[in-house]
Amino acid sequence: MQACPQVKNILVLDSEGKRVAVKYYSDEDWPTNGAKEAFEKTVFTKTHKTNARTEAEVTMIDSYVIVYKFVEDLHFFVTGGEDQNELILASVLQGFFDAVGILLRGNVEKSEVLENLDLILLCLDETIDGGVPLQTDAAVLANKVASHNIDSGAPLSEQTLAQALVTAREHLTRSLLK
Amino acid sequence: MAQPLVKKDDDRDDEAEYSPFMGIEKGAVLQEARVFNDPQLDPRRCSQVITKLLYLLNQGETFTKVEATEVFFAVTKLFQSKDVGLRRMLYLMIKELSPSADEVIIVTSSLMKDMNSKTDMYRANAIRVLCRITDGVLLTQIERYLKQAIVDKNPVVASAALVSGIHLLQTNPEVVKRWSNEVQEAVQSRAALVQFHALALLHQIRQNDRLAVSKLVTSLTRGTVRSPLAQCLLIRYTSQSASNSQGGDRPFYDFLEGCLRHKAEMVIFEAARAITELSGVTSRELTPAITVLQLFLSSSKPVLRFAAVRTLNKVAMTHPMAVTNCNIDMESLISDQNRSIATLAITTLLKTGNESSVDRLMKQITNFMSDIADEFKIVVVEAIRSLCLKFPLKYRSLMNFLSNILREEGGFEYKKAIVDSIVILIRDIPDAKENGLLHLCEFIEDCEFTYLSTQILHFLGIEGPKTSDPSKYIRYIYNRVHLENATVRAAAVSTLAKFGAMVDALKPRIFVLLRRCLFDSDDEVRDRATLYLNTLGGDGEVVETDKGVKEFLFGALDIPLVNLETSLRNYEASEDAFDINSVPKEVKSQPLAEKKAPGKKQPTGLGAPPAAPPTTVDAYERLLSSIPELASLGKPFKSSAPTELTEAETEYAVNVVKHIYDRHVVFQYNCTNTIPEQQLEEVSVVVDSSDAEEFGFVLSKPLRSLPYDSPGQTFVVFEKPEGVPAVGKFSNTLKFIVKEVDPNTGEADEDGVDDEYQLEELEVVSADYMQKVGISNFRNAWESLDADLERVDEYGLGPRESLAEAVNAVISLLGMQPCEGTEAVPSNSRSHTCLLSGVFIGNTRVLARLQFGLTGPKEVAMKLAVRSDDIAVSDAIHEIVASG
Repeated sequence: MQACPQVKNILVLDSEGKRVAVKYYSDEDWPTNGAKEAFEKTVFTKTHKTNARTEAEVTMIDSYVIVYKFVEDLHFFVTGGEDQNELILASVLQGFFDAVGILLRGNVEKSEVLENLDLILLCLDETIDGGVPLQTDAAVLANKVASHNIDSGAPLSEQTLAQALVTAREHLTRSLLK
Repeated sequence: MAQPLVKKDDDRDDEAEYSPFMGIEKGAVLQEARVFNDPQLDPRRCSQVITKLLYLLNQGETFTKVEATEVFFAVTKLFQSKDVGLRRMLYLMIKELSPSADEVIIVTSSLMKDMNSKTDMYRANAIRVLCRITDGVLLTQIERYLKQAIVDKNPVVASAALVSGIHLLQTNPEVVKRWSNEVQEAVQSRAALVQFHALALLHQIRQNDRLAVSKLVTSLTRGTVRSPLAQCLLIRYTSQSASNSQGGDRPFYDFLEGCLRHKAEMVIFEAARAITELSGVTSRELTPAITVLQLFLSSSKPVLRFAAVRTLNKVAMTHPMAVTNCNIDMESLISDQNRSIATLAITTLLKTGNESSVDRLMKQITNFMSDIADEFKIVVVEAIRSLCLKFPLKYRSLMNFLSNILREEGGFEYKKAIVDSIVILIRDIPDAKENGLLHLCEFIEDCEFTYLSTQILHFLGIEGPKTSDPSKYIRYIYNRVHLENATVRAAAVSTLAKFGAMVDALKPRIFVLLRRCLFDSDDEVRDRATLYLNTLGGDGEVVETDKGVKEFLFGALDIPLVNLETSLRNYEASEDAFDINSVPKEVKSQPLAEKKAPGKKQPTGLGAPPAAPPTTVDAYERLLSSIPELASLGKPFKSSAPTELTEAETEYAVNVVKHIYDRHVVFQYNCTNTIPEQQLEEVSVVVDSSDAEEFGFVLSKPLRSLPYDSPGQTFVVFEKPEGVPAVGKFSNTLKFIVKEVDPNTGEADEDGVDDEYQLEELEVVSADYMQKVGISNFRNAWESLDADLERVDEYGLGPRESLAEAVNAVISLLGMQPCEGTEAVPSNSRSHTCLLSGVFIGNTRVLARLQFGLTGPKEVAMKLAVRSDDIAVSDAIHEIVASG
């Protein structure tokens, strides 16, 4: 058994099984894009008829344990090896799933995810690092991802006037867009 | 379910509007990436372009080397911007591009600056990026900062450094190992996830030091672990060190049991699973774990139910009794929405069920079978098969179940699983035979799979004639001749002939049927019919078919098909007919060894024994018969696998192959000269046989010349008493004349120097006199040998690592072929039966049945029963074991 819990991939597919955002952490299992797509297809066809909307569901394909949850036209999957503790995978899935919910203000559907793909990719990046769960608490995750909207980075004194203006305009447009 | 469908229709028209990536194209996006070079950066625009690039990569698009380099250089410009959002997209992009070493240098300083920034988010992300793309040299430069980061107050930064450490440990272990003090400190962190990451890293650093791990585990099990994830790790480490520690008592069991009362479900489950997987777990230890798993079975969360039932399913294989308490909960899971859970529940029930519950269970399963996929059905069928073997008295209801599902729709794999199960049941439960055969007959009436039809027809031919009323099968078989494709028709003709040959009463009727087949449209069918009619005497009066004919027509071809194929390929049409007896019966050396060979050769093509020339038995034979001195010895009985007589990477590489003949032993030394500046001449091996009294030296055949890197062979022949499995040790010395080779011209000097090279000893052992010859049906072969020629004895094998190790040791000692996969010993089993078959020198068939059992802690005892055609050989086998 692996000493450290490892996630092999996180997939977000649409209602036709097409990729919305995916991240693989194990090149040995799926060395090529073709292998990845084939895996996604198997996973999708095996699960799309099930009802995973209220509670996360789980299945085994080949020697992988896959936990999954659906919302609207989106299908979320987290894959681990067959020895993996299903509940750890489920907590990773739940953390990521809920964080996306917070980031998109409950408006989780394909168009919204694509519109905010940068946030989703950052969220993936903060959830898992190279297969190791980095953070599984949805609120913390969402906070980490969203924190860049509040421009805490450079202190204002370090910015030139022009830059400050740009930043200010940036803020304004963003708050208007919300 | 209906809702999204409707929605999709509505949205189809404006799909182009809502996907920001509609019609996206790599070339265009790469063009857009030029905005990164603008003197006045627009962070928002740049972020969008990066997102597009990431989207493309995510969709499986790849950048060429040039494109990737260009994007990378453009992206590095963005470090000028102070926009946090853009900076983080930039980090993502660099990680995705995974730049090459010379490119990394360009971003190093920027990243190092970020690593020391006041912004926690920068620090954490810069660490992760830098560690992802760094190499060993750079790592030593930033090591100081990483150590600081590990104990950083901010948990995000500390976690980033620790997780990076986990990855770096794979590539630069010696650097990461120096951090253990800091990591140790981080284990005490108040932040839950930091503790988890620190524990994972610390354990990986120390995993080879059992004592350190056990100390770490002991101290933590007493202290407080905050994160459930860290607690799960601790449970894993605990059970690992528990399995490493010897002896019966388990100091850690109390800790595991305590974890069953933890508040996080993942910890409870981890602990329960760890307990069930303890080696040699007692039922008393199991009980609390089973109890919590049972609670999980009725949870509202599918993941929890799945986890529990999957674990119980495994437990049921080794401790079926422990799981029976959960049977009621398990039965209600048969109707679970999640079919994976339902299937696991059913198979668990089938493993734990007792004789009285079988009928009830089968009723439930029948309803269940109609709505699951084929792959689940196969699992169920296999479980039913083993249940039936467990309770042979219940064969009637189980067989009925199998025949019912056989009639229903299903794919090939599923049908094959059912047919295989029925066949196994027929073979192992005599009462089930007639019933089962009729089910199979009915199945082929309407079977769309040619493969299955032919298999069943073949099986009918073997089993049918032995039943009380063979005539009732004829109709089914002859129907095939009318209604099927040529392959099945041919198989049916053979089956008919088998009935004719075995059952004299049926002969006249069979002949009539076979004669009709003479008008078949297919060549093969007609040929078979003609052959059978002629050999079985269809044109004369009814006579008992003699044994020779039966043997010729239906006897098993006890030759490995691979060998037959090679021999046929090598056969050239000539005056001499192909002689089937010339095909070697030896099972070819394991494919595993063959797979390894290319890897071995890889490094330089030198040190390794280059292509130890011919590897197959066949090729050896050709080699031996090409040398007049050796050809006169006859045909070798067996050739061993090559044994290395030199260490790897020495000046001369030598290995030896032992060819065993009836009265001689030939050692074939495969020599390779690995020194380019030398040529060896008159190479021979001087063999000292003083430790092998029964052997007498006959001749030595030296090798004239051995140039650099082209292998050659030298032979030594010994005489030994005929048919006796003489054993002994031989010490070897390589003798030769060394000549210098001019590197420019490649020509050897005139003068040479005598030299010697000490080789390792070689040994002729009993296993060398045994051919590995597999058989397909051990039981039949065993029964066919005279029980009077059986020799049984019991042996204590003393303390052993494991049962599997003991089994393997005996198999390699005897050098026989394991049959029916019995060489594999399931872990945790306390006893094992292994079936071996082989041919002993003098062409005597030998079968052995070995029963192993654990008597004390690690003490293995074995009961060995040997049958062979010759009682002396049976005794010889016992002698081998007794002295080995």
